[in-house]
Amino acid sequence: MKKSLIRNIDQGAIMKLNEILKKTLLIVFACFALSACATSKKTTGQMQGDVYTGTDTVEYLASGVPDRVFFATNESVLTTASRETLRKQAAYLRKNSKITVVLEGHADERGTREYNLALGERRANAAKDYLMTYGISSDRISVLSYGKERPVDSGSNPLAWSKNRRSVTVKAN
Amino acid sequence: MRISLKIIIFIFLIPSKSFGLIEVDITRGNLNPLPIAVSPLSIDENSRQNFEKILKKKNIGVEISKIIEVNLKTSGLFNPLNKDAFLQAPDIANLKPRFEDWNLIKAQALITGKVSFNEEKLRVEFRLWDVLAGKEMVALAFTTVPTNWRRVGHIITDKVYQRLTGEKGYFDTRIIYVAEEGPKTNRIKKLAIIDQDGANNKFLTLGNELVLTPRFNPTSQMVTYLSYFRNLPRVYLLDIETGMQEVVGDFPGMTFAPRFSPDGKKIIMSFAKDGNSDIYTMDLENRIVEKITNHPSIDTSPSYSPDGKFICFNSDRSGYQQIYVMKSDGSNVKRISFGKGLYGTPVWSPRGDLIAFTKLHKGRFYIGVMRTDGSGERLLTENFYQEAPSWSPNGRVLIFYRETKTDDKGEGFSAKLWSIDLTGYNERMVETPTDASDPSWSSLLSN
Repeated sequence: MKKSLIRNIDQGAIMKLNEILKKTLLIVFACFALSACATSKKTTGQMQGDVYTGTDTVEYLASGVPDRVFFATNESVLTTASRETLRKQAAYLRKNSKITVVLEGHADERGTREYNLALGERRANAAKDYLMTYGISSDRISVLSYGKERPVDSGSNPLAWSKNRRSVTVKAN
Repeated sequence: MRISLKIIIFIFLIPSKSFGLIEVDITRGNLNPLPIAVSPLSIDENSRQNFEKILKKKNIGVEISKIIEVNLKTSGLFNPLNKDAFLQAPDIANLKPRFEDWNLIKAQALITGKVSFNEEKLRVEFRLWDVLAGKEMVALAFTTVPTNWRRVGHIITDKVYQRLTGEKGYFDTRIIYVAEEGPKTNRIKKLAIIDQDGANNKFLTLGNELVLTPRFNPTSQMVTYLSYFRNLPRVYLLDIETGMQEVVGDFPGMTFAPRFSPDGKKIIMSFAKDGNSDIYTMDLENRIVEKITNHPSIDTSPSYSPDGKFICFNSDRSGYQQIYVMKSDGSNVKRISFGKGLYGTPVWSPRGDLIAFTKLHKGRFYIGVMRTDGSGERLLTENFYQEAPSWSPNGRVLIFYRETKTDDKGEGFSAKLWSIDLTGYNERMVETPTDASDPSWSSLLSN
């Protein structure tokens, strides 16, 4: 009883916070529009900076559990959204303790083949490390880098490249 | 009387002229390729018929001379003249060219020769003549099996190139590469090998697993490459004569970016573990593995100097991809690339003085060279996407691959091999039956 009360209060607070955020965001957006997109950190419908935020290519391990996370150019740092996705994956894997996974790391086509193989490996390991901090044993996770060999989008444009910079969690059994 | 006097003077002049025989300067871009006449190799009727039976070629002498012509033309240093203008018959020209006739069509050098069928073998002799000096520059004869007829053309070109430029040729060589087919999102890749001039293409794997980055052993016909066999990306060795394959070392993770040491006895490569790639070597005789770099950044694309004393490699330890040089034991690491942009795929020239690389700057890709201390950076070619240069064995030409930009629908992708002279001139596509990438140039097959 107490718990749900706290939750209600929390949610109320969060909703208020959301509203405040939305308003400030609107103001920020307006500022952006006024400055005529002078900044490179453009937020389009599907990208934030150059990290993909859409759902075009995303598949699901289970309902509400996206299978992939996306990266900025040359980066292997997990974004806030990526960490959220991985926490959902960790929760799913904790519930389904017999499932093992392969983390497939990928890079876009705008890099040399050998460096991209290493970069894909680094990205998949960033995801692996995060799953491990949420209690998933390393025995259940293997890592496979494809470098730039397996793009999901064959386009030669920033949006396509952003979809291809990814780590995909694939069920192995 | 006057005429005979002229002839006498001419004859006397020849010895003094022998010093100044024609030479081709290959150190600068050659905008005036040397006019050269390649007289068809003469052949007697009996030999002609025998070769026609075996090789299904009407006149093997003509075919071999065509190979020589194409080689000379693609080198960018020579301008083979149209055969229609030739006045002298091939058999007589090979005995003693009438230099006035060849001079008349502006030929400065002349190649003549003879092919014959000799105890089931192909015997060839050829001569290179300096037309202006009226002198023979090279004369050589050799015998081989008839099926080697294309190589005969390449070997003759190598001798001509060497005599006229003072440097070894690169025509009797092969390129190993990755043949590509299918949609960009799911390419089928096979190892393939092709003669330097685009002939004799042969696929070496079936395409069941992804294969990447094949590289020749500089001392033999062995190849090292990356294969995704059983979805475990590992460095493999392949003997292209026997087809035997084996995995290199026993690493608990991905090994990639392999190359041979200059003596062919070691493989140097990257091993990736826990998000960190370091450079390792494995001795192919005693199987001893050594760790060469030890750094939390990505260290990859290693390449030895020709004396084996140094290694250049690609690392992002500064934050972004740059080129580094170290001693072959891993000590004394020095960054050498300091220009604007990112640098990758360093490859040490077989001559030892330069490092070729790929550079990415403002969304464009360049193939370039710099000295081994990083000075004298020179960009040879710019494109939407190109990378992975590989040196011709004489260090005068680079081969690399180039990919096209796709259209709005994501279509129109292609990958092709291209070559360019160290001078930045003579850029041309190397014809392959399918799309192609990751080329590696062999050493000279014959020396």
